[in-house]
Amino acid sequence: MTGSGPSRRLDSVLVEQGHAGRALVVVPAWNESEALPAVLVELRDKIPDVDVLVVDDGSTDGTADIVRTSGTASVVSLPFNIGVGGAMRAGFLFAERNGYRAVVQCDADGQHDPADIERLLAELDSGLDVVIGARFAGVGDYKVGGLRRIAMRFLASSMSRITGTRLTDVTSGFRASSARAVSVFAREYPPEYLGDTIESLVVARRAGLSIGQLPVELRERQGGRPSQSSFKSVVYLGRAVLVLGLAVLHRGAGKGDA
Amino acid sequence: MNITIIGVLAALAVLVLTVELLRRRALREKYAVIWLIVSIAAVVFTVFPGLLLRLSQRLGFQIPANFVFAIAALVLLIVGMQLSLEVGRLEDRSQRLAEEVGLLRHDIEQLRSERGTTSGALEADVSVAPPPGGSATDPGDGGSDFV
Repeated sequence: MTGSGPSRRLDSVLVEQGHAGRALVVVPAWNESEALPAVLVELRDKIPDVDVLVVDDGSTDGTADIVRTSGTASVVSLPFNIGVGGAMRAGFLFAERNGYRAVVQCDADGQHDPADIERLLAELDSGLDVVIGARFAGVGDYKVGGLRRIAMRFLASSMSRITGTRLTDVTSGFRASSARAVSVFAREYPPEYLGDTIESLVVARRAGLSIGQLPVELRERQGGRPSQSSFKSVVYLGRAVLVLGLAVLHRGAGKGDA
Repeated sequence: MNITIIGVLAALAVLVLTVELLRRRALREKYAVIWLIVSIAAVVFTVFPGLLLRLSQRLGFQIPANFVFAIAALVLLIVGMQLSLEVGRLEDRSQRLAEEVGLLRHDIEQLRSERGTTSGALEADVSVAPPPGGSATDPGDGGSDFV
């Protein structure tokens, strides 16, 4: 672990311990060797008090080795690619077993500014369980076009109704979870496609967690390639609607106000 | 006559195959039940076609073949459903296991780096990079020449 002294007893590693009061940044990474080094350096420089865990989701480009040699983050290496949802669930398990007070999910491509992490954590301190770093809430100039925007608008308004809070960006992968949320997510973080963004909020709502958002600015990707095309957007919209519908129906609907 | 013999042979073949797979424990009992029922019924109906005729008339089918097709479609539907369900469950479990493997691997690496030693053969397939500041790494142990 990053901040622990060398004098720690061997057996203490296996016992839940040690990190009470600390927050953990979980970075799900799949073949992100290009952008990851810069992200790790920035995380260390901007938020030295927060531990970092990279979940290497079956990468084939040595992503895990980059983290190991950096020496500033821990790495959990999954044996094969299981998707962001599964990677995050591993992160939540890790956080729960090691007694962290909060988890912040942060992308490995440098789009999320580590400086915002402290702000997200501050929102948790004010009583929220899940805080979404939202891209459309007036800060920054993040824009998407056409169908994808329609899809995102639709999802945002549906999720706002389901959760009872005004949410403008439910597909953001930049979010903070309180200890309560961590123990819920460690048990049932939906590992399916889009489960980590949309369905997880339904799960959170059903577990009685409070949800909120915080405007953040999105930066240029520092490596890798973005995934947007109009055909993909149509597929995305279709699957999103399906996922949302199933999430709401799942075990006899949640709050009835959907 | 010919078609009857072929029918009986085919039905018997399925029955024998199912029993043989069960005997070798290649097929689990929970999947075998439905195939056993199907193959026994097939043998019975091909040997006694009159039975099939009367049964389908009783149930209101105009052509016995339609009765057979309807049953076959239903059986395949149920089998398909059962398999989808089972695959989903397996997928979920393998994901959980992947997560646990990742976490365990992390713990092992951490333990190793804290002990400051490498232990030969195991080292190679877990591919552990030198621990941060781990000057005590022992390359003389063999199996870690790539470090």
